Amino acid sequence: MEKKWEDMTSDERQEALFQKWISPEGAEFASAEAEKSYKERATRIKDAIQMKKLPDRVPICLFPSFYPVYYAGMTPHDAMYDYEKNNAAFKKFIVDFAPDGNISAFVPGPGKFFEILDYKLYSWPGHGVSPNHSYQANEGEYMTVEEYDDLLEDPSNYFYKTYLPRVFGALEPWQQLPTVTGILEMYGVAANFIPFGLPPVQEAFKALFHAGEEALKWGGAMGAFSADIMANGYPVTVAGYTKAPFDVIGDTLRGTRGVMVDMYRTPDKLLKAMDMLVPIMIKMGVGAAKAAGNPFIFIPLHKGADGFLSDEQYRKFYWPTLRRVIMALIDEGIVPFPAAEGGYNSRLEIVRDLPKGKTMWMLDKIDMAKAKKTLGQVACLAGNMPSALLNLGTPQQIKDYAKKLIDSCAKGGGYIMSNGSFFDEAKAENIHAMVDFTKEYGVYK
Amino acid sequence: MAKDLCNTLADLKEDEALAIVQERLNANADPLGILDDARRAMEIVGKRFAESKYFIPDLVYSGEILKKINEMVKPKLAKEAETKSGGKVIMGTVAGDIHDIGKDIVVFMLDVSGFEVLDLGVDVPAQKFIDKIKESGAPVVGLSGFLTLAFDSMKQTIDAMKDAGLRDKVKVMIGGGQITDEVVKYTGADAYGKDAMVGVTLAKKWAGIK
Repeated sequence: MEKKWEDMTSDERQEALFQKWISPEGAEFASAEAEKSYKERATRIKDAIQMKKLPDRVPICLFPSFYPVYYAGMTPHDAMYDYEKNNAAFKKFIVDFAPDGNISAFVPGPGKFFEILDYKLYSWPGHGVSPNHSYQANEGEYMTVEEYDDLLEDPSNYFYKTYLPRVFGALEPWQQLPTVTGILEMYGVAANFIPFGLPPVQEAFKALFHAGEEALKWGGAMGAFSADIMANGYPVTVAGYTKAPFDVIGDTLRGTRGVMVDMYRTPDKLLKAMDMLVPIMIKMGVGAAKAAGNPFIFIPLHKGADGFLSDEQYRKFYWPTLRRVIMALIDEGIVPFPAAEGGYNSRLEIVRDLPKGKTMWMLDKIDMAKAKKTLGQVACLAGNMPSALLNLGTPQQIKDYAKKLIDSCAKGGGYIMSNGSFFDEAKAENIHAMVDFTKEYGVYK
Repeated sequence: MAKDLCNTLADLKEDEALAIVQERLNANADPLGILDDARRAMEIVGKRFAESKYFIPDLVYSGEILKKINEMVKPKLAKEAETKSGGKVIMGTVAGDIHDIGKDIVVFMLDVSGFEVLDLGVDVPAQKFIDKIKESGAPVVGLSGFLTLAFDSMKQTIDAMKDAGLRDKVKVMIGGGQITDEVVKYTGADAYGKDAMVGVTLAKKWAGIK
């Protein structure tokens, strides 16, 4: 009889999740050949991550930002407002370059949804940035320093009544919402519902329903895309995402300047808030992986890059809570997939404190040989092919770079060829050179 | 207590530094003297950053403390006194890109190194750089960009300088997460700064400061 989930070790859970991903239940492949390719590609990636046996060759993953959209001759605006077009662009990209792993088509996101809710945290094509450019974050203090106490006391309530009304213009009337935990007894219960009768609050809910419909439409298109790309033989290496608690505070709530100053002025509250976020971030990742039957949980790393924190600050404020999130995901059989854009050279010795064969790291501006000797001893490494080279270099330069990467990192497995940062622009012949060269030169003999 | 404002601020001891400022203001000390100490403290902060003893949060925090000191001192100031001796540098994040953290660090470091920084902000169209070069006569221009899309905006900005007949009059440095030598060549810039300190070194070299 099959072992129950709760009785399994983390190794067994990871294996079970991988098997679910490699042999998806009820999947209908386009052809027997597509099914064979799918399994070969997925197995190759699994072997690289587990570091137990050598894959047949170095796997290749492509992690673009808006590149597929430009490659298909569209603008980011087109992709964000027409999900069919978006999907066509990403499918063309994946089929044309044929990587082993891809990240589906969700990067552009639903423009109309953001528009309905008047999202402030980002500017997107046609809304604050040109239709030809990708969306970009608007730095800001979306939570004031005084609000740490509210966040700590009741995070969901804080999000409903303060944070959401602030970052979504259409939800501003939600400031008037009641605290749901006030709904307790016969008498007085109705008083809690009075705000829902107020016209501005009702308008906000109408916008929310409208936005929900749009999100559902987009979600349907994304689900269809993943099923389709898989049916054609291409495994998706991301089920969902979670974040380092420090980045939740630094990106989403307090802003970069805010979180940096908080380390000096209110370190205890910052630490407490991050501590509070750990189980929330764990649940977010576990939920996504289980829903998708896919072990990969993406973790974009931002404010802990080289130079952004001192070594001492990284060890005190960034790594401990991130590590707890990663370890809990590993325990659930999940493959945490941290992506460190920018430099991470000074963190390698710290982040290597992880069990072997459990994580996949996308690295950008890094000494890969050094990374292999440190973090690479316990984790599968990917990345480092520079965006500037993909954009401005020649196929020969790409091949030389790829050769250097394979020579210094591929030995013994635990290595995936990929780009280092999520790219918008590149020359197609350069991506072909990276993929084709690796398929040839990266074979393990 | 006659504590040293310069070192206290350079060590990022906010409460102590503000207390010293308050004490000196209470004693009717010269507000310009306070600002001069603060300026010297910022130089030390910049130096420690250059030596990798300080990191970005230290710069940000020192800037926050300085802001408070300025607010305290301002009411006592007869007039704006500060003059910069290092020369003018125009800085901005190029068109289409709204990232400002990297640019702001370079602005800070140039500022504490004695330059008069003309910060044009983010998403700056080429024409705005041209207008500023003409208006200020600044010999150094810094173009910042985080996105790979910024490569094209940088190139367009530098091309616009050529078209306006200004390219020979200025030195152009570029910087940002994905900038490399290839990008320098592509955009037609003179050099790139891997970090803020290289930017300062370039500006000093071009402005003829040793």
